[in-house]
Amino acid sequence: MTRVFSPLILITAVLNGLMTGAVYALVALGLTLIYGVLHIINFAHGALLSAALFAAFLAWQKLGLDPYLAAFLLAPVFFALGYGLQRFIIGPASHGDDRNMLLVTLGLAVLIENALLYEFHADTRTVDLAYGFKSIDVGFTFLAVSRLISFIAVFAVALVLWLIMSRTDIGKAIRAVASEKLGAELAGIDVAHIYAMTFGLGTACVAIAACLLIPNYYASPSAGNAFVLIAFTIVVLGGMGSVPGALIGGLIVGVVESLGGFFFGESLGQVGIFLIFIAVLLVRPRGLFGAGA
Amino acid sequence: MSEQKIPLNRRRFLATTALGAAAAASGSLAMPSVLRAQASGLKIGLLHPVSGALSYSGQQGRIGAMMAVDEINAAGGIKGAKIDPVLGDAQSTPDGGTAEVEKMNAAEVSCIIGGYASSICLAVSQAAARYDLPYAVDVGVADSIVTRGLKNTFRFGPGFGVISKAALDNLVTINDAAGKPAKTVIIVHEDSLFGSGLAKLLNAQLPGKGFEILETIPHPTPTRDFNTVVLKIKAQNPDLVIPADYYNEYVLLARTMLEQHVRPKGIYSVLGGAASSYKFVKEFPDAAKYIMDCNHWFNPNSAKAQELKKQVEDKGQFFTYELYMNYNAVHLVADAIERAGAADRAKITAALETSTFASPIMPYGPTKFVNGQNEGAAPANTQVLDNDIKVILPPEFANAKAVFPIPA
Repeated sequence: MTRVFSPLILITAVLNGLMTGAVYALVALGLTLIYGVLHIINFAHGALLSAALFAAFLAWQKLGLDPYLAAFLLAPVFFALGYGLQRFIIGPASHGDDRNMLLVTLGLAVLIENALLYEFHADTRTVDLAYGFKSIDVGFTFLAVSRLISFIAVFAVALVLWLIMSRTDIGKAIRAVASEKLGAELAGIDVAHIYAMTFGLGTACVAIAACLLIPNYYASPSAGNAFVLIAFTIVVLGGMGSVPGALIGGLIVGVVESLGGFFFGESLGQVGIFLIFIAVLLVRPRGLFGAGA
Repeated sequence: MSEQKIPLNRRRFLATTALGAAAAASGSLAMPSVLRAQASGLKIGLLHPVSGALSYSGQQGRIGAMMAVDEINAAGGIKGAKIDPVLGDAQSTPDGGTAEVEKMNAAEVSCIIGGYASSICLAVSQAAARYDLPYAVDVGVADSIVTRGLKNTFRFGPGFGVISKAALDNLVTINDAAGKPAKTVIIVHEDSLFGSGLAKLLNAQLPGKGFEILETIPHPTPTRDFNTVVLKIKAQNPDLVIPADYYNEYVLLARTMLEQHVRPKGIYSVLGGAASSYKFVKEFPDAAKYIMDCNHWFNPNSAKAQELKKQVEDKGQFFTYELYMNYNAVHLVADAIERAGAADRAKITAALETSTFASPIMPYGPTKFVNGQNEGAAPANTQVLDNDIKVILPPEFANAKAVFPIPA
């Protein structure tokens, strides 16, 4: 493609990328948090996102809840779910070995996905909102209202998460466990509880991401998987376990995907994301904001 | 699922073994199935991908097939013999389909119906051919399904070649009738066999028909976001957008186009994933409005089709093409078995070859199988109008006039 596009089109592509990237960032936030503390890649992340998409759909269909309001309900519900999963299933089943934890999350992913398939079949569900197709005319382009809300909400969530991590006792405890598990345990911190709290926070992020996604996307038993590979890339790019890293990484990946898609096509544009992935692993394996290994 | 226990008394045992021995002696391996069929009803394999990626389509297909089975059984069966459906799940893969053929053959079915996806139909037809099992394809449109010389395979619906030719001819007809408003085209397609194949064909054919293709945009399935694609469409402002996508991506694309105020003169699809889907029309009527499609479709003027549609909708289901294509396939096979006069595989195959079964539901010409393909099968062109899907071509079945170009 040697077509020349006006700069305004490129600005639009970048804006699109930023708005898409913000939601990627939120999915990645959950993942990086869990990695940073538990040192495991949570393979159930995509399945939990699918489950959250269905939860947001059901909240809209059965309770008539707007997805953005549903986020305030689903975040605590999924926090409790995540806490319970780690405390009563993943933790006990892993017998203290991190590698086992990885396998348990993989098993959970299969279980959740098939439970969803059994209950909802492979049919996709969408929500139809009054503002679903509303967009703001900014002169050179239209900004979809729902995507704009998502963009702002992600920053709000990241801020809250950052405040929890930096200003609260539980945040201090999480950071203590993340940097020195044995030391934290000796200082009287209940590691199993902190693990579960972290898993809960990560899962709550997924629930909010689902509520932000559903107005523009759809719920299906495998819908969440489309975001997980991207989220892994973002976690590596931003630095494993880093909150600002996930946020900036998400935005970078969103823009790269958007521009890559624009110039090289959607199929080939995806390559850009994975080129970043490989480049980061080669040049800066700890990521942009990652702590030294 | 059908694994009926037949009380086996001494007399029946003697009768079946004696006949079985005679059959074996005469070299007819298909005979035991006849015996079972007489004892436990007429076993017919209904094979659909009811789990995995294609499960929605597979489940719709199964519903359609079962509706036909229930209807036939309620009317007394085929010459008094009730159809005993043997349900199979292809699990959305060709291997899954092959495995089910083995099971169905072991269960002594007299024929198999279904498949849905072309890749599954290709595998199933080959596996069924090994056992001389007659196989009626429900949907699978790949031309190669019926061009490999398999004697057992029959397709009542149209293949890809026929559909794409009709689609292109009809596009020209619609455009000409409106005074040729459409000159430029952008094709958006998913990058697997279906979308890429269609895009290639359109790239080869459209320029010769007076259309300039501005760009062909491939994308993977699933694609999370269509903003970039829509931005490209917006930047080049084509008269016509031709999407070749599966359902979810099709809907996302149409929604994003609406959201970004991208309104070409027409959106035209060939076997479009959502272009003629009642679900899409119901859930996003504004995004679906005016979209045209060339696809499998029923004859809207048929009372029988409307009755079936109502039955399906009363059950809370959508009247999708998978459903009535399977309904037809079961009736096609039932008609053949009736004429064959026996549940004998070879006789059913022979009866299918000479079938003149006419579905009251489809807008087809007279049925005539040539190498397993029904030459009378044809697609129809639809358009989303008044929150409904109307047929705009062929004229003899149309219940609405095409609205093209889309009013501003």
